[in-house]
Amino acid sequence: MRQRLEPNRREFLKKCAAGAMLAGGTHGLPAFFSAREKTRVVNAHDPLLRGAGSSLDSGRLLKMLDRSVQALYATDSPLEAWKKVARPGEVVGLKVNGLAGRGISTSVLLVEVVCARLQDAGIPQKDIVIWDRLNADLESAGFRNATRQDHMRCFGNDTLGYEEDLATYGSVGSCLAKTLTQVCDAVINLPVLKDHGIAGVTMALKNLFGAIHNPNKYHLNVGDPYVADVNMLPPIRQKVRLHICDATTAQYEGGPSYMPQWTWRYNGLLMSRDPVALDYTGWQILEQERAEKGMKSLRALGRAPDYIATAADPNHRLGTNDPSQIEQVEV
Amino acid sequence: MSKTAHTRKGEASFSSDGPRREQEANDALPCDSVLASLSSLGASEHDRRTFLKLAGVPCLTACVGSCMAGWPSLALGAGSAPAEDSRFIVEAQFYEKLPYKKIRCKLCPRECVIDDRERGYCGVRENRGGSYYTLVHSRVCAAHIDPIEKKPLFHFFPGSLAFSVATAGCNVNCKFCQNWDISQSRPEQVRNAYLPPKDLANLAQQNRCPAIAYTYSEPIVFYEYMRDAAEAGHALGIKSVVVSGGFIQQDPLKKLCRDVDAIKVDLKAFSEKYYKEVVNGELKPVLEALVTMRKLGMWTELVYLVVPTLNDSDAEFRALAQWVKSNLGAEVPLHFSRFYPQYLLKNLPPTPLETLERAKAIADAEGLHYVYLGNTPGNAAENTYCPKCRRIVIERIGFAVKEMHLRKGKCEYCQQPIAGVWQ
Repeated sequence: MRQRLEPNRREFLKKCAAGAMLAGGTHGLPAFFSAREKTRVVNAHDPLLRGAGSSLDSGRLLKMLDRSVQALYATDSPLEAWKKVARPGEVVGLKVNGLAGRGISTSVLLVEVVCARLQDAGIPQKDIVIWDRLNADLESAGFRNATRQDHMRCFGNDTLGYEEDLATYGSVGSCLAKTLTQVCDAVINLPVLKDHGIAGVTMALKNLFGAIHNPNKYHLNVGDPYVADVNMLPPIRQKVRLHICDATTAQYEGGPSYMPQWTWRYNGLLMSRDPVALDYTGWQILEQERAEKGMKSLRALGRAPDYIATAADPNHRLGTNDPSQIEQVEV
Repeated sequence: MSKTAHTRKGEASFSSDGPRREQEANDALPCDSVLASLSSLGASEHDRRTFLKLAGVPCLTACVGSCMAGWPSLALGAGSAPAEDSRFIVEAQFYEKLPYKKIRCKLCPRECVIDDRERGYCGVRENRGGSYYTLVHSRVCAAHIDPIEKKPLFHFFPGSLAFSVATAGCNVNCKFCQNWDISQSRPEQVRNAYLPPKDLANLAQQNRCPAIAYTYSEPIVFYEYMRDAAEAGHALGIKSVVVSGGFIQQDPLKKLCRDVDAIKVDLKAFSEKYYKEVVNGELKPVLEALVTMRKLGMWTELVYLVVPTLNDSDAEFRALAQWVKSNLGAEVPLHFSRFYPQYLLKNLPPTPLETLERAKAIADAEGLHYVYLGNTPGNAAENTYCPKCRRIVIERIGFAVKEMHLRKGKCEYCQQPIAGVWQ
């Protein structure tokens, strides 16, 4: 896998397919609604991400993150890109996934380098909130809970609880986490690339189940259409600006729990502003790994994540799952 | 396309012309004044002693929670015990261990396969390291003293009170749920009190309730607590009644039937399509459960919530009545209940009275002996009529029994036996 450091905009454009369009506006809904524009998914890799050992190299991870965000936003520098993600004065939530403990959760190191770049972009520590469903999940994934308002915060939904108003869309009715509705102005979604025994896969779309009070109700029918419907709830749709899927370690079977025998070191990140395109891309990566290991496809097992297609349908328009409309950029 | 709506947790969820104006609906949590009392108490940690003190003084407690219908309610404290309080966590009774620390729940027909540290559909049972636990044993989120008619059980000690309790959680997700704020929540998302079985039985006794009712949410999901409480109640001569959707597997049902005295089942429709689309469940296991209950001699009553356009056709009413008569018996009471828009079904009107009367006429014509209309205060179809002489044997006004003309379970006019549990 080719490794490139600090690509500038010219190099990036050279690398991209001819005619590829730049990503959409600064904030708000992404530009993938335009039929003329492709949606971009950055697939970042660094085979030397762990050096000779098993631990991630923070320097290389930071560089991989920089390459990714620069490629996604087509900017001359990472800082320029991060300034498009959030503005000073906004509270930025980092929605991690800590359910499976340290083995296959959003890596603390990745969150640290994202926080570092946000601060470089003018977001003070006090305006950064790392959150997930439960304090216990965060702790088991290696995060330390913190609620002091003058520092970086880190807490589960069980700290602030859920709204009393029921938000509904399509088949779902849920109370949303106050962390999302009352604390965060913008959200960066940081899921993990992994298999899910009921929902097929869990990445960008499914990770937002961590923002509702009743996720256990929405795993029927392989999560379809529930996952798509949850992502339509206005605070989720309006506030989530970027998806960075932690693929440093990925799991192709046995999820969402950590099953070390089915994990592999992908040593990468997937980044997109389009959760549907990201999930579609990640799903194909998992299927490829399953095939290489001689395992049946998720479709053959009756747990293909069709909610990804539903999220792209005319009733949702959360992104695209059409490969011809997805511009995959490898960095 | 976008369908956003707002229903507030703990808010009166009936429309302005709903039954709470005059009387609470069947099996509804008592009205807002209860929640107001919770608010005043809720900010502080409410320990078990305080809870028992409040609950043990019926006169005072009744005043705190008195609602429009006049039935007392008991105050529960907010966060009276931490979420991880080990007192609530008891190993579940029906599950199967699978490889890789997964488990398969065998309590309800859904048979959730659950990973380590995950919960099933009900939200109140959790896999911890390959063993399965209920998180709601003795973890009560609602406790009220209701007339037994509110369950509704019309042929089981009429005119008596039921000490009614619930925990969080449910194994279905009905779009019309009137108690969704507890049934569709996890235990740590609602206010709870620690109320172990013996204390529950004592409270029922102190409050002169001949029965404990497991109700409001779905008692199947707090199965272990329900059975333990029923045993504690029986030790004091207190009956146990269950208000359930009947979505349970056969083995746990058979064991439950040994421990409780009556079951009211919400038969939500007579079509699999409705169960799939509106209930998120299945009809067939519910019908099988009903047959088993009757075979085991369990006193059983049925409620059918009539939802306009979704389960209100003549054909469905007829098929239902015929099935009840052939499989359960003509003497099983059937309550057609009025729907009011709420939760995820706010786009439909309340059930027209004519629809309910049509349903009753069809069921009567099919030969069922005891067909009632519910959530229609003052309607003559709230009374029990002798199937032989057609005179009123139990006259009701809302949930109150006005007159009884029964002698040892028989019509006092013609001596016709009236099916039920009377003494």
